[in-house]
Amino acid sequence: MIRLVGVYKEYDNGSKALKGVDMKIDDGEFVFLVGPSGSGKSTIIKLITAEEAASEGQVIVNGYNLNNIRRWQIPFMRRTLGVVFQDFRLIEKKTVRQNLEFAMRVIGAGRKEMNKRIPYVLELVGLGGKADAYPNQLSGGEQQRVAVARALVNNPDTIIADEPTGNLDPARSLEIMTLLERINAMGTTMLVVTHERELVNRFSKRVVSIKDGSLIRDVQEGGYKL
Amino acid sequence: MKKRGFNLGYFITEGFQSIFSHGLMSFAAVCMIVACLIIMGSFSLLAVNADEMLTKEEEKNEFFAYIDESCGDEEIARLTEQVRALPNVASVAFTSKEDAHDAWVEDHPGGIELPVNVFRDRLSVHVVELELFTDTVNAVTALPGVADYSAHSELAQGFVLVRHAATILATVLVAILAAVSLFIISNTIRLAAFTRREEIGIMKICGATDSFVRWPFIFEGLILGLFGAVVAFLLQWGIYTLVMNALASSGVLTLFEMVPFAAIWLPVLGVFLLAGALIGTVGSGFAISRFLKV
Repeated sequence: MIRLVGVYKEYDNGSKALKGVDMKIDDGEFVFLVGPSGSGKSTIIKLITAEEAASEGQVIVNGYNLNNIRRWQIPFMRRTLGVVFQDFRLIEKKTVRQNLEFAMRVIGAGRKEMNKRIPYVLELVGLGGKADAYPNQLSGGEQQRVAVARALVNNPDTIIADEPTGNLDPARSLEIMTLLERINAMGTTMLVVTHERELVNRFSKRVVSIKDGSLIRDVQEGGYKL
Repeated sequence: MKKRGFNLGYFITEGFQSIFSHGLMSFAAVCMIVACLIIMGSFSLLAVNADEMLTKEEEKNEFFAYIDESCGDEEIARLTEQVRALPNVASVAFTSKEDAHDAWVEDHPGGIELPVNVFRDRLSVHVVELELFTDTVNAVTALPGVADYSAHSELAQGFVLVRHAATILATVLVAILAAVSLFIISNTIRLAAFTRREEIGIMKICGATDSFVRWPFIFEGLILGLFGAVVAFLLQWGIYTLVMNALASSGVLTLFEMVPFAAIWLPVLGVFLLAGALIGTVGSGFAISRFLKV
């Protein structure tokens, strides 16, 4: 569960990114977070992943209260999250399998567990035959599937996708969003930040709209509207 | 999910891979460590040898206190005890003028014949610390019954000055060169961390702890430091042997007897490895800190 209560965020340069945001995402939900550039979407992601701290208000992520979390606890909180980025952020010199191993090794997984988990996850994202390919040998859609697989490989409670289709054509975007929906159906909470109006309208999920740092709309099975 | 603790094999492998991924910079770092350790080692060995020579000189350092001719046997015995009781006196030996004459004849066969009355009863006084040589001479000559003395106190003070200068120079150089080495290895690791900053970012967002991110870089620094130390040790050995051979074959410098490398190789290797390891780990520890703030 993710919960933001009266959250304000003011950066060191004085810019006020969030102005009293209240939001709650229950376990197993699929939520689109929409809003124009500079509205505060990325700040919300940074607060949830503990890259930034709230200036005021409370942020609770999967049982961790980020207001009083200790520095050593942050990695363990992050292990409950899987993050997918717009620009994939794959390691070019590692194969698909090695990229996933890299993510698993970080949390101390052993070889036996990797050999069991990685083929399963790659099959799940439709890349069963691409384990030994390098990222530059894959299409954009496939690279984003690898990124989703990497986010999923440590079996997180929540996946946060920050503009996951921003670098993809409409067909590949639809594939990725369908994949995320399928993963959500298996029980993983999904928070997707996007600009893609058609995709949001097509999937009929909960839509949270944000503008100028304030939450302006929160609708179940809604469409893209600002 | 079963979690493993400290993954030594992984950290060492990553450390090695990182070294080869920016080989030129690693090579430069090793070269600088080697250069710094050799300069540091050379001055330290110079200080060790100077100290050894001075210690030998100290061991045989003595002066003569000549006894007033009016003193009888009892007074001489009392004076000997008084001298022995003074601070910084290691030993006192009485030599009568007859024994002094005999020793002269023995040491100078075929030399000038000197009458016994040219010689005087004397006390041979050995000092403990060369620094206090002049004070000891003054204390002895102040005693009633001591008519005169013969000492090479200027030479003794010269030895002290040389040793102090060598020690200070070695200490200052060690400090400066250690700082330079730290700076260089720190920059090498910083470059390694910079080229891998995206990987570090991914690791952190996947839930890597600071120590998990830090260890491969610490091992990289450690490997570079230890490798540099071993290379520096071998070169130092060669340089030392060359200098020793050159001095041994020099007719002018036979006075200087260097400590054989075989007698000091173990502490030298130990110090080099320790210095290399410290420079490597501390330097990389400093360098990686700023990349952990994600």
